[in-house]
Amino acid sequence: MGDNSLTTWGRIKDSDIYHSFTKSPTAIVSSVILFVIFFCSFFVELITPYNPFDPSSLSLMDAFTPPSWTEDGLAKFILGTDGQGRDMLSTILYGSRISLIVGFSAIIFSLVLGVGLGLTAGFFGGKYEMIVMRLTDVQLTVPSILMALLVDGIARGLISREMHDEMAIYVLIFAIGISEWPQFARVSRAATLVEKNKDYVSASTIIGVSNLIIMFKHILPNILRPVLVIGTIGLALAIIAESTLSFLGVGVPPTTPSLGTLIRLGNDFLFSGEWWITFFPAIFLVILAFSINLLGDWMRDTLNPKLKK
Amino acid sequence: MKTKNIVKILLSLVLVFSFSSAWAKTIKWSMQGDSLTLDPHAQNEGPTTQVSRQVYEALVQRGLDMKIGPALATKWKATDPNTWIFTLREDAKFSDGSGMTSADVVFSILRAKQRTSDFKEYISTVSNVEAVGDYAVKITTSKPNPILLNQLSNIFIMSKAWSEKNFAMSPQNWDAGQETFSATNAMGTGPFKITLREPNTKTVFKRNKHWWGEMKDKKVTQIELLPIKNAATRVAALLSGEIDLVTDAPVQDLKRIGSSSGHKVESTAQMRTIFLGMDQAADKLRTGNTGDNPFKKKEVRQALYQAIDIEAIKKKVMRGLSEPAGIITFPGVNGYTADLDKRLPYDVDAAKNLLASAGYPNGFDVELRCPNDRYVNDEAICTAVVGMLGKIGVNVNLFAQTKSKHFKELKDNQGDFYMLGWGVPTLDSHYVFHYLYESGASWNKVNFSNSEVDAAIRVMEGEVDLDKRNAAIAKAWKIVKDDISYLPLHHQVISWAAKSNVNVPIRPNNEPLFRTASFN
Repeated sequence: MGDNSLTTWGRIKDSDIYHSFTKSPTAIVSSVILFVIFFCSFFVELITPYNPFDPSSLSLMDAFTPPSWTEDGLAKFILGTDGQGRDMLSTILYGSRISLIVGFSAIIFSLVLGVGLGLTAGFFGGKYEMIVMRLTDVQLTVPSILMALLVDGIARGLISREMHDEMAIYVLIFAIGISEWPQFARVSRAATLVEKNKDYVSASTIIGVSNLIIMFKHILPNILRPVLVIGTIGLALAIIAESTLSFLGVGVPPTTPSLGTLIRLGNDFLFSGEWWITFFPAIFLVILAFSINLLGDWMRDTLNPKLKK
Repeated sequence: MKTKNIVKILLSLVLVFSFSSAWAKTIKWSMQGDSLTLDPHAQNEGPTTQVSRQVYEALVQRGLDMKIGPALATKWKATDPNTWIFTLREDAKFSDGSGMTSADVVFSILRAKQRTSDFKEYISTVSNVEAVGDYAVKITTSKPNPILLNQLSNIFIMSKAWSEKNFAMSPQNWDAGQETFSATNAMGTGPFKITLREPNTKTVFKRNKHWWGEMKDKKVTQIELLPIKNAATRVAALLSGEIDLVTDAPVQDLKRIGSSSGHKVESTAQMRTIFLGMDQAADKLRTGNTGDNPFKKKEVRQALYQAIDIEAIKKKVMRGLSEPAGIITFPGVNGYTADLDKRLPYDVDAAKNLLASAGYPNGFDVELRCPNDRYVNDEAICTAVVGMLGKIGVNVNLFAQTKSKHFKELKDNQGDFYMLGWGVPTLDSHYVFHYLYESGASWNKVNFSNSEVDAAIRVMEGEVDLDKRNAAIAKAWKIVKDDISYLPLHHQVISWAAKSNVNVPIRPNNEPLFRTASFN
């Protein structure tokens, strides 16, 4: 033990996770890719000169410009333009920001809901636990994309048309979030069942700590590892779910497209040789989801003590 | 024993295949939308008429050359300027085998004049229809009507007995969302009958063996209409052989289809003009932000007009396959002149100045309603217009939806700013004025009203002196063009794509006539 243990950085550097991270090329590469994507998506205004969401800034005459390295390409549109003259690169970055926001919000929503229900179910047991767990069973029999479609459809019926475009993103978050929570509920309940019989919980109960504090202050930190692992993989799933819904035309409107909407719009031009309109958003989505999954895999391997060599 | 069985099986297989390939041939037809209703008088809309035309017939019809010729009526004469006698075909039978008589014709024309009919404007001058014996009909008009035959070619004849039996005496009230037997079933005298109807999915037409006429190719026994909304999916279905004929091949894919050795593409100028309408009667826009109605001012309408770069739309959205339009009618229609068809120049600065002088220097908000499965690239055109109007500060919110909802809500007076296309089946300007410009007309959703134009329309209906009549048409066009009541966009060019061995002659009204189809 040196001085290192005193500073936070030192403690991080000394930890298992850091050690395993530096030893895993996939983890390093995927996190670098993710960092670049996140940075470019959230600071897109600083990076690109175009705002594809402002229809008055577009010129239709720029439409269907191929990528810059091809014969008819223009240097100002690196990845070409789509059918309305929007620069593909900036449209993809703006679009991926929407996809990421929806993905993160949805996964946080389902994480809070799922862990809240799973933790309390595992802790209290009894009829309450039975009801919550049967609810997850029922929902797991319905594919999550169908569940999201159902919620989205109902929400569309309830919200007036004028409000719909503004509300679309919240509806999506809710629809995807509600379709993913059973995973979190099951995992956190199982972990809670293990934890609640441990000595530190019994000790807390004996000295009269309230149930709420035991659950959220003592048990919760101990069950977070598996939850974080499925949360990371769930994030990739949520982003893909958002793209699927948008591809089917029930997601965000075409005026403010997400990655799925972009792929759908480009789909019309596949036969006519304008491949870049659908190819780049699609490949971007693949890279994004793949990197998150790789990082999730690495996290699962590192955080699961049973898999440690 | 065993070999005998095999021989039997083989023989029957050979028989089955030779029959199916030689006789039972199906043409699978696809377009982006479906017929709105099978009731032949309920909706005056292109694809709806295209479907009805295979099953129902009118007294007279346009042939492949678009000239009027005999159909259910074999000959006709005007005994005086207001009275016409039509002699009916005696061998015409409905597909249930019952004969067609003058009672059916009288019934059908009166049916098309009812309040719920969308074809009543066609025959508004018809004041009386009566049977003269079993196979002749006397039609009386309220004033001399030079285009009666053109109008009658779109009034389909139904069976009176069938309509009585199935409670279809009145046209379906489509605008009110009524469901009737005649909306999902059809029984006419035409070359085909409908044996299966699943709206927006599949419609099966089988040969009507009672039809009086002769098919061009007897191998054509069945037609299937399979609407596919997504353009790429429709083209993929055609290229993979799942579909034989597409009557609205997407402009961006014509090159790809043409390069396929098993397919062919044909294009022709269509009898249809695409335009935008602006409600000029409402005191306040439903979707506006200024508390008034900017469209009441001509400067505003002209500003929008001059802000639209129609050449860019032609080049990028329509890939060259459109003809920019100055009026809502096209070459070939009586009253059209190239001079009228000239557009105001595209000029963003002029448009901005016009808006400012009208009192809207910062523009205004409005919603543009668009169909997304009716016209060639309809939604893409609207998206392009949104961007162009954004450049002069008019903040347009696009609302694109399927055509059945679009048309219904438009008829229900819900649109401030909308896209519509107009064909002229009678090939006479009167049709355009009667539906789009006359005060209170059913598709006059810009609520244009001008007593001089109304008077000119009366002249078009009753004047037999062609020079005087044409002068009235020219005057009316000048008034409406100067007023900029609509924003004309372009005349549509349609493209049909088909398998090389399927011949369905392309027609400028986009209506296939499957009785003239053949295989080679």
